[in-house]
Amino acid sequence: MKTRSNLERVLEGGNFAVTAEIGPPQSADPEVIRKKAKVLSGYVDAFNVTDGQTAVVRMASWAACLIGKEYGIDPIVQMTCRDRNRIALQMDILGIAALGINNVLCLTGDHQKFGNHPQAKGVYDVDSVQLIKIVKDMRDERKFQNGEPISYEPRLFIGAAENPFADPFEFRVLRLKKKIEAGADFIQTQIVYNVEKFKEWMGRIRDLGLHERVKILAGVAPIKSVGAAKYMKTKIPGMDVPDEIITRLQGVPKDQVPKEGIRICVDIINQLKEIKGVSGVHIMAIEWEETVPEIVQAAGLYPRPKF
Amino acid sequence: MLISKQKPFEEIMGYLNGESKVFLVGCRGCAEGWESGGEKEIIEMKRRLEESGKIVTGYALVDMLCDKALAALKLKNYKKKIDEADSILVFTDGAGVQVVSELVKKMVHPGCNTVSSGGGHAEWKGAERCMECGNCVLEYTGGLCPISRCSKHLLNGPCGGSQGKKCEVDPEIPCVWHLIYERLKELGRLEKMEKIVPPKDWSVSLVAGPPVKRF
Ligand code: SF4
Repeated sequence: MKTRSNLERVLEGGNFAVTAEIGPPQSADPEVIRKKAKVLSGYVDAFNVTDGQTAVVRMASWAACLIGKEYGIDPIVQMTCRDRNRIALQMDILGIAALGINNVLCLTGDHQKFGNHPQAKGVYDVDSVQLIKIVKDMRDERKFQNGEPISYEPRLFIGAAENPFADPFEFRVLRLKKKIEAGADFIQTQIVYNVEKFKEWMGRIRDLGLHERVKILAGVAPIKSVGAAKYMKTKIPGMDVPDEIITRLQGVPKDQVPKEGIRICVDIINQLKEIKGVSGVHIMAIEWEETVPEIVQAAGLYPRPKF
Repeated sequence: MLISKQKPFEEIMGYLNGESKVFLVGCRGCAEGWESGGEKEIIEMKRRLEESGKIVTGYALVDMLCDKALAALKLKNYKKKIDEADSILVFTDGAGVQVVSELVKKMVHPGCNTVSSGGGHAEWKGAERCMECGNCVLEYTGGLCPISRCSKHLLNGPCGGSQGKKCEVDPEIPCVWHLIYERLKELGRLEKMEKIVPPKDWSVSLVAGPPVKRF
């Protein structure tokens, strides 16, 4: 074990892991986080809190993680390179480790143009691959990015994201390899709706033996409405929603659509469980976190391992 | 006036690893003025490379390398010598390096770092841009600039938002990392993209470093 992370323990034990995502509020209200964390408690091995997702100002990921931790769940701090240079990133790495957080997910970040402060100056001093390497060197080499020694290293389980549906498709596998070489311990993928394309990507991952070097958690998310499915298909960069999903949602009475969305999500999880090299799922039910227990149970993933 | 400085010789030799024949390109414009890629420097570079065991198949000096039409006319005369070479080493600012890589289907190595474009970087009409970052990265990218053309200045490949060859930020803008991928694939040099490029030294850049010391 490299860390005290519950997620690491679950994965190392060969269990199919379950993580879920929490969207923090656009306010200083801690109750929002408490409510969501309470719902997830007992149903997931760890939870992520997004870091200014879509470049909208929200409560800091590390702060919300600390609140959620009150419910006994292992938090994963998300950290993007959009808003912090290498100085700020390393300070936050030391800080979260000191607060008893065991996991970090290293991301480039959505461009500031998409958010509610498009006038902001993007930082992008380092990219996600470089950030992974920085955290890895801080933990394993006890070194800052500039080479100076650290007396007490941050013991963090290092995560990275990958989008199998972005272009150029063939490079997506090499990019994952780069992230592994930089030091990623686990990967959380973009939401999978196109299972066939995901299988193709996993096939290439297995060809290179990468699934043996990193734990891959496939992203999933229930869809609430036909409109939301169409929006994701056309408006969100790097998202692949096949027409069958939309047709299936359109095929049920309007009040049944959310239920059908949950069923689709469970079906996808069941298919993902069968793919060799997939070590778990990451449920991104943003602003619909209350569905997570139902999804976990329906997918036969309850109860979660206890240590 | 574009201010460029030659990269350290060892760094240039590192770029030529595994290649034996190289063609040199210099510029009689700004690079000659700043003694980073004029005739004198090119001849000296040829001597040093040969001394280190490389074969220089030839060299060309373009009056204004940042002018694509002019550069195309000039380089046409050297087609045979360029074809013979494994790669091309260009001694001028980042825009000039990008012009050469646009014109020639070969690996192009930057021989200089562009310290400042003297406020002139908006004058180019083509896609080639140089943001005077002071530590040219075109070596890793097949001669397409991710600093000036990627919305997030990424150095290790496309972000998760690249789709249909377009940048996530604007469907009108090509994703330069997609173009880099295609170019390196075409040149059989994808290994350049597999290498982890370390964080960039921004202290030598006019954009992020101290404002006046370069003049
Ligand atoms: S889509 Fe391409 S050009 Fe745009 S930010 Fe991502 S990598 Fe850079």
